[in-house]
Amino acid sequence: FPEISYLFFFCLGAGAGQDVGRSCILVSIAGKNVMLDCGMHMGYNDDRRFPDFSYITQNGRLTDFLDCVIISHFHLDHCGALPYFSEMVGYDGPIYMTHPTKAICPILLEDYRKITVDKKGETNFFTSQMIKDCMKKVVAVHLHQTVQVDEELEIKAYYAGHVLGAAMFQIKVGCESVVYTGDYNMTPDRHLGAAWIDKCRPDLLITESTYATTIRDSKRCRERDFLKKVHETVERGGKVLIPVFALGRAQELCILLETFWERMNLKAPIYFSTGLTEKANHYYKLFITWTNQKIRKTFVQRNMFEFKHIKAFDRAFADNPGPMVVFATPGMLHAGQSLQIFRKWAGNEKNMVIMPGYCVQGTVGHKILSGQRKLEMEGRQILEVKMQVEYMSFSAHADAKGIMQLIRQAEPRNVLLVHGEAKKMEFLKQKIEQEFHVNCYMPANGETTTIFTNPSIPVDISLGLLKRETAIGLLPDAKKPKLMHGTLIMKDNSFRLVSPEQALKELGLAEHQLRFTCRVHIQDPRKEHETVLRVYNHLKGVLKDYSVQHLPDGSITVESILIQATAHSEDQGTKVLLVSWTYQDEELGSYLTSLLKKGLPQSST
Amino acid sequence: MAAHLKKRVYEEFTKVVQQQHEDLSAKKLRLTKPSKSAALHVDLCKATSPADALQYLLQFTRKPVEVESVEGVVRILLEHYYKENDASVRLKIASLLGLLSKTAGFSPDCITDDAINTLQNEKSHQVLAQLLDTLLVIGTKLTENPSVRMRLVEVACKHLTDSSHGVRNKCLQLIGCLGPVEKGVAKEAESQAAKDVQKIIGDHFNDQDPRVRTAAIKAMLQLHERGLKLQQAIYSQACKLLADDYEQVRSAAVQLIWVLSQLYPESIVPIPSSNEEIRLVDDAFGKICHMVSDGSWVVRVQAAKLLGSMQQVSSHFLEQTLDKKLMSDLRRKRTAHERAKELYSSGEFSSGRKWGDDAPKEEIDTGAVNLIESGACGAFVHGLEDEMYEVRIAAVEALCMLAQSSPSFAEKCLDFLVDMFNDEIEEVRLQSIHTMRKISNNITLREDQLDTVLAVLEDSSRDIREALHELLCCTNVSTKEGIHLALVELLKNLTKYPTDRESIWKCLKFLGSRHPTLVLPLVPELLSTHPFFDTPEPDMDDPAYIAVLVLIFNAAKSCPTMPALFSDHTFRHYAYLRDSLSHLVPPLRLPGRKLVSPPVSPSITPHEDPSQQFLHQSLERVYNLQHLDPQGIQELLEFTIRDLQRLGELQSELAGMADFTATYLQCQLLLIKALQEKLWNVAAPLYLKQNALASAAAKQILEETYKMEFMYSGVESGQVVIIHHMRLQAKALQLIVTARTTRGVEPLFGMCEKFLQEVDSFQRCFISELPHMQGSFVDKLLDLMPRLVTSKSSEVVKILQTTLRQSTFLHLPLPEQLHRATANIIEPTGESDNPLRFTSGLVVALDVDATLEHVQDPQGTVKVQVLYPDGQAQLIHPKPADFRNPGPGRHRLITQVYLSHTAWTEPCQIEVRLLLAYNSNRSKASAKIPKSTWSESLEALPQSENGIEGTIPFSKPVKVYIMPKPARR
Repeated sequence: FPEISYLFFFCLGAGAGQDVGRSCILVSIAGKNVMLDCGMHMGYNDDRRFPDFSYITQNGRLTDFLDCVIISHFHLDHCGALPYFSEMVGYDGPIYMTHPTKAICPILLEDYRKITVDKKGETNFFTSQMIKDCMKKVVAVHLHQTVQVDEELEIKAYYAGHVLGAAMFQIKVGCESVVYTGDYNMTPDRHLGAAWIDKCRPDLLITESTYATTIRDSKRCRERDFLKKVHETVERGGKVLIPVFALGRAQELCILLETFWERMNLKAPIYFSTGLTEKANHYYKLFITWTNQKIRKTFVQRNMFEFKHIKAFDRAFADNPGPMVVFATPGMLHAGQSLQIFRKWAGNEKNMVIMPGYCVQGTVGHKILSGQRKLEMEGRQILEVKMQVEYMSFSAHADAKGIMQLIRQAEPRNVLLVHGEAKKMEFLKQKIEQEFHVNCYMPANGETTTIFTNPSIPVDISLGLLKRETAIGLLPDAKKPKLMHGTLIMKDNSFRLVSPEQALKELGLAEHQLRFTCRVHIQDPRKEHETVLRVYNHLKGVLKDYSVQHLPDGSITVESILIQATAHSEDQGTKVLLVSWTYQDEELGSYLTSLLKKGLPQSST
Repeated sequence: MAAHLKKRVYEEFTKVVQQQHEDLSAKKLRLTKPSKSAALHVDLCKATSPADALQYLLQFTRKPVEVESVEGVVRILLEHYYKENDASVRLKIASLLGLLSKTAGFSPDCITDDAINTLQNEKSHQVLAQLLDTLLVIGTKLTENPSVRMRLVEVACKHLTDSSHGVRNKCLQLIGCLGPVEKGVAKEAESQAAKDVQKIIGDHFNDQDPRVRTAAIKAMLQLHERGLKLQQAIYSQACKLLADDYEQVRSAAVQLIWVLSQLYPESIVPIPSSNEEIRLVDDAFGKICHMVSDGSWVVRVQAAKLLGSMQQVSSHFLEQTLDKKLMSDLRRKRTAHERAKELYSSGEFSSGRKWGDDAPKEEIDTGAVNLIESGACGAFVHGLEDEMYEVRIAAVEALCMLAQSSPSFAEKCLDFLVDMFNDEIEEVRLQSIHTMRKISNNITLREDQLDTVLAVLEDSSRDIREALHELLCCTNVSTKEGIHLALVELLKNLTKYPTDRESIWKCLKFLGSRHPTLVLPLVPELLSTHPFFDTPEPDMDDPAYIAVLVLIFNAAKSCPTMPALFSDHTFRHYAYLRDSLSHLVPPLRLPGRKLVSPPVSPSITPHEDPSQQFLHQSLERVYNLQHLDPQGIQELLEFTIRDLQRLGELQSELAGMADFTATYLQCQLLLIKALQEKLWNVAAPLYLKQNALASAAAKQILEETYKMEFMYSGVESGQVVIIHHMRLQAKALQLIVTARTTRGVEPLFGMCEKFLQEVDSFQRCFISELPHMQGSFVDKLLDLMPRLVTSKSSEVVKILQTTLRQSTFLHLPLPEQLHRATANIIEPTGESDNPLRFTSGLVVALDVDATLEHVQDPQGTVKVQVLYPDGQAQLIHPKPADFRNPGPGRHRLITQVYLSHTAWTEPCQIEVRLLLAYNSNRSKASAKIPKSTWSESLEALPQSENGIEGTIPFSKPVKVYIMPKPARR
């Protein structure tokens, strides 16, 4: 029964498809509908910032349509629309995420809400209570824990690196499965390990492809250069400003600097601007099992996130004399503390600002990175930037090689690229098809991709039958298919292979025997029993592997096939051989008849 | 007597226990020492349920079985085996059979047939597997018997079709361990079932169970280890196994591929999906490289380790392992001047700009990528970036090994090694520094690399810094700026960590002598001389200034033009340093300075011979003058000892030898002095003085002999005899002294007996050496032995005295190499005037840092002793991890000692020193006694002989000022 099941793939809004931004993917697998991630777009302030959930069902309730929602990690472009989706649009089904994600996600959502509502004064936005209610619907999962969503649908999380608690999810219904990677990182960094997946051979691997065309240089060079720059500046008495986003890379850089300070016995103070970081740091301390080998091994002596050299920042410290390093939010220097400090320090050429990530066009960060030395601030002030500006990327996405490596590890049958730019994805797609000989898809937003799978259907076999059948043949060989006789019973959505007798018994039918009989004419003038003897000798000579018997009543049996000879009623010179076999012996029976039809060899005697 | 008593006490005790037990009969049987088999038989017959029987068997397992009764026990067990219905009991019996056949001295010939027979009717898979395991034990014990082995292999082949993985596993293991290896045997066996073991095992590479697949590969490896040449045909099979789902299979397959690549490096294999062909070793290298990015870290470690030993691989394959950038070409650009620029462009945030550059390249390069299956490129880049430090260390080690054999590769891998200096795990950093040192003859550091290397000098870990100093000692630097940079960084290091002084000076010494021409242009700047003005004379005690001078003087050694640049005070400083730090400052030929160009100068090598000669001559002189008057002998000995000691100080390479002989002569001298006839014959009142002198001498000789035996490395049996002989003499002297002072016979009797026992054990230990000891004390004593045993103790003493006096003085043969164990405590320095204050009753940790030289097994022998002013002594055993081994014969102890004391009124000094612990049991003499008789001799010898433990102080004590304050309430 070649069944074709299909995977229905659908991206909501300008996100996960061929663009970096909000991620929201709908997967329909063997009748189950799963939503993967529920992100928002940072660039918009209107309705476009959230995915258009009305796509999913025109008028039905979401809860009826979706079996579950899975959130891969806590970045807002992966979970930002969650309260809107669950509370304002209305979804009451289960939401799955890992424990650290569940812990940190509400902090970020609350922060995001505050900025939008309190600072920008927007209305019609989700409230704190909504965030809380939404989090109540969340089911937390452990790594490698198989969670049964319902009877057929199960999900399993794998470690993904990227940020604390980031996970890849395997979604499985029956024997069909999809792996969604979320964002992942194949090279370990200072606080997280590398993504890992077993050879689960999913039907489809949905992978991010942010860096589809880059092969990154070794992380060590970047780290070393970063440290060297900071060290040199501090040594000559300058101040270093590192604008960061509160979570993720900031912790990595903190660990990096902290260990370096420890190793090199440096004394200059390091400050971290407070706020939500403190809360988040608390969770970093807690979820040690999610961090990398070094932190896991040494936390008994000392938890690496209990920073010895890094202290909370106070606004007054910015004017202190002497060297210092300050981590300040936000990362693009467009507002807030980092911008304030930047304005204070920009005039001194001894100081330095290190941009550890990407800056959106229009921000101060982008301007200074593109080499602008005179900045126009609000109030027509002109700020002259004398401090050194450095760019240092510590991105935690897998590069092209990492993506290929993950594909190699998981061995999927189909690959689907999301979360990247179309041109770059095209290149990677070609590469994947060439190397792994699998189909690769890269749907645009709102496009549906259907993938046909070739599912294997498990059948239960009765032990008795299995033993009987294996006893007949030689030893089982994993690589060769084996022929066995049995009856397939399809009943109540299940398949069973049983012996014919049992099948008959279960069905309450009497056994009927089907026999084929065939007459073969042989020209032989001799007596009947002599003919029989000749036939017997001939068969004995040809069929060495079978038991050929000559019975006293003048008939021959080959296994269970009966051969009798009678003289032709009209022509005594012609003997009629009656060959009779059961349906089960069809193969041997037909062979035998064809053999006999060829006639007996002319015996010498 | 005591032993006897103890036995009785023990017996009674067991009786008490016995009565508490209910099954009296079984216990009694064992007490009266019945044959083991009988007891077991009784037990097993009594067992009513399988659980009972299992219990009995378990109990039985805990007791040893004598060799003689093994066979009987086996028979009983087999008998029960056939009767038993319960599989678990049969399993236990089967495992017991295996255990019993392991018994030393038992030959399992006789039970082989029975064991094989048990297999016939066994149904349980577990028992079958256990039985096969037993057969394996039997087979390994009977390696010389090919026919038995053949039979066993045959049996195993028969069971290979079993449906249980456990049985198949064991069968393969058995075939691997016992399968015929030699060609001859194989031919003979061809008639039988076991034809080609390799084929049989190879068939199971595709078994459905991963455990069996693993076992098959392991069996194949086992065959290889036993000397069978594996067929090349296996290679393609093994390659398929690399893609197996199970990590243990992949891990074993990697090993197999490596073995094959070593066996057939030059054969040609085709590349699938193209018409090209490459050498097998290259292909295997590529495949193993691929495994460096495997999903399981166990496999990754395995693969990374094996890469290191594939030295036949061609260089362009090797270099690809470092080239991750085959596609996007970033690494190649990475030269020194372009660094800053490149850094920005490699700042990987994908800005659409770069897209255009690398996309077309990819298409061109795909052919090249396929040439060596994509994983091979950048294998080391991946390995070095791995998340598990085990993998990183393995990768660094592999890099090291490959770089040692290929200079061009060494040059290429330099960047990566330098990067590893910043790893987050210290072990990895250390390992990479060591690696770099090992390959340093092949490389020259570029300035930017040197820069990164030097940045690590600020590391707070002393191990790292010192490893780095060692590395700098043997690095080649290309420019004078490099040297300057290194010097500046080293000086920075010196100010930050003043304790590194010695290590830094040493480092600069080598740096100077390696790069004289690069130092030359730097001299004026370094010495801050000015063509017109006199500059102030620098402070001679400044470690930084000394460091600079060490660099310059060592460079000046091979650069005769350099001294011309020195100013006056530099010459003065040279003279001072040459004297005070002679190991760092070489002799220089300075024009016009008589003061510093003494005749001692340039060549030291010819000196070696005369001093060696001198040593031997003086010893000869001593050994030849046997018959001088005692006064003459004494004087000669004293002079020789003095000469030897001085020689030891002057010639460091002869120090061990000279000290050793001087100690020996010292012992002899003491003995002679103590035995001076004149004093022994004086009147009673003077006895006391004589006794004190003699007993002190005896004690000192004993001490010295222990020093001689345990403090020198390289002592051979020839010396050990002499030492023990000297010790025996000292003991005799002790006996004589006590005999003269004590009244009554009773105590003396015991002592005599003990002494005679010692003589006896001496004879037993050194029986082979006795012929060389003609005319010695022991020789004479052994002649008199029958008389001694029968005579009274007072007579024994008399005989001893005369023998001692008459005996000649043994020639001490010198071994090739003899080094004295020395220790030097670097920290605490003992200079501090600030007492270490702590609250009494609590502890304070004192860092101890010491270098040890020529100490064998320091983990077991070196202890730290702390002496408090009140005479209290504390002995601390440092942890084995506290010892590091920076070089052959050298060790370093970095540990913490915890001090505590009750409150003192004022600070006082405690003494810290290192001790060398010894145990006469461990001595080289007793090691020679064969193992089998060891337990006997243990009983026979008196306790004292076996248990002498002691310590030898072998470092100068260091004083530490401490002050335990009273606790505040």
